[in-house]
Amino acid sequence: MTLPQSEETAVTAAVAAHGRAGLLRRLLRSPVAVTCLVLLALISLASLFAPLLTSQDPAHTSLTESLAPMSGKHPLGGDGVGRDVLARLLYGGRTSLLGALLAVAVALVIGVPAGLVAGYYRKWFDAVSSWLANLLMAVPAIIVLLVVMSSVGQNTYIAMAVFGVLMSPGVFRLIRASVISVREELYVDAARVSGLADPRIIRRHILPVVQAPTIIQAAQMLGLGIVIQSGLEFLGLGSATQASWGSMLNDAFANIYNKPELMVWPGAALAVTVAAFGLLGNALRDALDGTATRGRKPRSGTPRKPVVVKHSVPPEATDALLALEGLTVSYPTAEGEKTVVDGVSLTVRRGEVLGLVGESGSGKSQTAFAVLGLLPPEASVSTRQLVFDGTELGNLGRAEMNRYRGRRIAYVPQEPMSNLDPSFRIGAQLVEPVRRHLKLSAAEAKAKTLALLERVGIADPERVFDAYPHQISGGMAQRVLIAGAVSCEPDLLIADEPTTALDVTVQAEVLDLIRSLQRERNMGVILVTHDFGVVADICDRVTVMQTGTVVESAPVRELFAGPRHPYTRMLLASTLEDAEPRSPLSRIVPASVAGATKVAGVTDTAVPTNSAHQEGPA
Amino acid sequence: MIVFLVRRIAAGLVLVLVIATTTFALMGLTGSDPVRQIVGQTATQQQVTAKSAELGLDQPFVVRYGHWLADAVHGNLGSSWFSGESVTTSLENKLPVTLSIVLAALLLSAVLSTVLGVAAAVRRGALDQVVQLLAVLGFAVPSFLVALVFAVVIGVDLGWLPATGYVPLADSAGGWLKSITLPALSLSVGAIAATAQQVRGSMVDVLRADYVRTLRSRGISERSLLFRHALRNAAPAALTVLALQFIGLVGGAVVVEKVFGLNGIGSEATSAGSQGDTPVVMGVVVVMVALVVVVNILMDLAYGWLNPKVRVG
Repeated sequence: MTLPQSEETAVTAAVAAHGRAGLLRRLLRSPVAVTCLVLLALISLASLFAPLLTSQDPAHTSLTESLAPMSGKHPLGGDGVGRDVLARLLYGGRTSLLGALLAVAVALVIGVPAGLVAGYYRKWFDAVSSWLANLLMAVPAIIVLLVVMSSVGQNTYIAMAVFGVLMSPGVFRLIRASVISVREELYVDAARVSGLADPRIIRRHILPVVQAPTIIQAAQMLGLGIVIQSGLEFLGLGSATQASWGSMLNDAFANIYNKPELMVWPGAALAVTVAAFGLLGNALRDALDGTATRGRKPRSGTPRKPVVVKHSVPPEATDALLALEGLTVSYPTAEGEKTVVDGVSLTVRRGEVLGLVGESGSGKSQTAFAVLGLLPPEASVSTRQLVFDGTELGNLGRAEMNRYRGRRIAYVPQEPMSNLDPSFRIGAQLVEPVRRHLKLSAAEAKAKTLALLERVGIADPERVFDAYPHQISGGMAQRVLIAGAVSCEPDLLIADEPTTALDVTVQAEVLDLIRSLQRERNMGVILVTHDFGVVADICDRVTVMQTGTVVESAPVRELFAGPRHPYTRMLLASTLEDAEPRSPLSRIVPASVAGATKVAGVTDTAVPTNSAHQEGPA
Repeated sequence: MIVFLVRRIAAGLVLVLVIATTTFALMGLTGSDPVRQIVGQTATQQQVTAKSAELGLDQPFVVRYGHWLADAVHGNLGSSWFSGESVTTSLENKLPVTLSIVLAALLLSAVLSTVLGVAAAVRRGALDQVVQLLAVLGFAVPSFLVALVFAVVIGVDLGWLPATGYVPLADSAGGWLKSITLPALSLSVGAIAATAQQVRGSMVDVLRADYVRTLRSRGISERSLLFRHALRNAAPAALTVLALQFIGLVGGAVVVEKVFGLNGIGSEATSAGSQGDTPVVMGVVVVMVALVVVVNILMDLAYGWLNPKVRVG
């Protein structure tokens, strides 16, 4: 009987709510929300106009009509002491709804101001009120209500007011968390600096943000209030003279062997009302999420197809370690399929380093993931061929693919810190694949891993082996990830911008490490990068990508000597000027590039597709 | 670690003390005259005064509270004003009933919410929708209504499991299990719903994490990926929700015990509460809050074990 909403989601909702336009319209488009609203309206109206709908007195008992069957006088029959079931049902709705409204009102009146003050001013008030809130939340509500009812008398409304107090910590924490999150926003800061008074800042900037999550929580609290109230009445605690769904259930329970169907009406009324409040709360949240994601969705545009320029004849597929041909990757969006990789082909020979170059959003990382079979499940992927060392990978199942991944094709990610499992020691993460692929004993695998950590330049392998990821530095984490990638002596290493997230000094070291490992083991390498400096350093051949297609592919020397595609020339020029390649380019390249950048990150719109799925985390 | 534990236990004791004091104040400072109820409407004023003196009710509130607290610290919770039975003894008899159903419900919630949440997160699609719908309904429908339906349909109509009564574990393990199955199941519905939602949400987030992709790139088995790595990382958030839900389970026991005719602490609370039997109410409140505190500390320990950042830091 605790609200299920976590603060984190509440805060996201709070922040999302800020750009909320047409929330009501979205809500009305959801069939669930409309059904709930209609049901709740009907139930409220029926309770409100109870005297018009029945002429019977809900409290009138009659021993002769005890457990009376359905009749003209009693459309739903009589209860254990001969009261009219329909009348009690209608009047009972009043008790339940008013009681729940009272509880929610009390919870809001206490929780909202307290949360605003605690979140906005912090300091001692925050400490004290948070402590009190935690205290109140740890108390089983029904026990407190039992005590209150026994000391101040059996009054439903007093009980519900007290329950409102018990629910207020939930409101308090929600509001407090939301306020803290917006308080740090720049526009609030700006308002404060420009001398706006606190009450005005709260009214103008903070209240609009907390409004939506509060409404959602209020809907859920209304349901909760009805549940608790009927529970008390079911226990026989509540005004004896007042009709209520809980007391009807109490009466039904007393007659459970004589007339169990008495349970049906109050039970259904209760379940429908509470479920409607719950579902309405959910629909509200979904509508909010919807308004939030709408802004993030990529704009669709027809990507201009650049002309592909090739210097030399493509190498024979026979001596290629990896031959990828005609790779297309697309994601479903609200505006239809969005293609992020379009007909990409590339080859890597054994012992060769291929640079895959392009701006963010050019589809180079998506291409790398496609080779590894690591695209998210919602991606639709197709290839003409994806042949690795003579085997077509495109048709492999998950288990078969797992014999290649890590063992023969390995991957070094971009962001070292987010790519280590935070809950496991580094040693455990490195040992697991080694044991699985190379069938080593635990001791052998540990020895091998320690040697590997030393090989990648970690001074104190034993300590790092026993450390958790949050205890090591980014540069060290990247070395660990490289060690993990080469641990099973793969033939092909795919490194996705392996130095972007590192300090400049560490970058060179990591590149040297990759280069020396590549030579030592004669690995094929696909090095995804946007940096021609890196390409010049270690690549043999380069493939340049723009907006999902390959525009140029050439040996490094040839490409540096005479880039043929204008896009390549631009990339090269911007590298030479030592400028960030993104900003000057956006003026020249088609606007759709900007959209494509976003598409790479749409993994959160998990819309299933029917097209051929890449084997992934499904 | 030790410091953390000591602080948590101290905070728990403060909570029990604050709740006990508030309850005592509520019971003692407001409302009806329990002595009149005990001796009956026909008793003379003399009898009332005598009884009052016997129960110590003629003393000032603070003195009464001081006595109660001093006794309680020594493990003596006094005796019922109505039956004269020792509160400690009566709680000892009734605690196993409540503990059985509440802990069974906690276990059920943990297991079923994990299964449902993981399945929904991994399979997505139709199964996901069903689990989400069940979660909303499970949260919305009150546990005593579920209990009533279970009691009538499974207990009475189908006769598969007993609809009333409790069999002590010492008498018959099978009988005990049968007698607590329906109560625990109906009690846990809401907690399963809320926790399954959280497990699903955390699993979806974790499965999208970079490190999961990297682990997958190393070719480790899908089973290890899901249950060793992803679930382990999703567990702390789910545990937080479960700890909150446990508070609701303890409260829910009060109502569910009535439906299944179980003579536990919950039904004790109901009867003592409606009579205004202060010593019994105090005993029940202290035991229930202490139970919440103990389970929450255990969950905190599990949280620390699951989350290395908390553990080391």
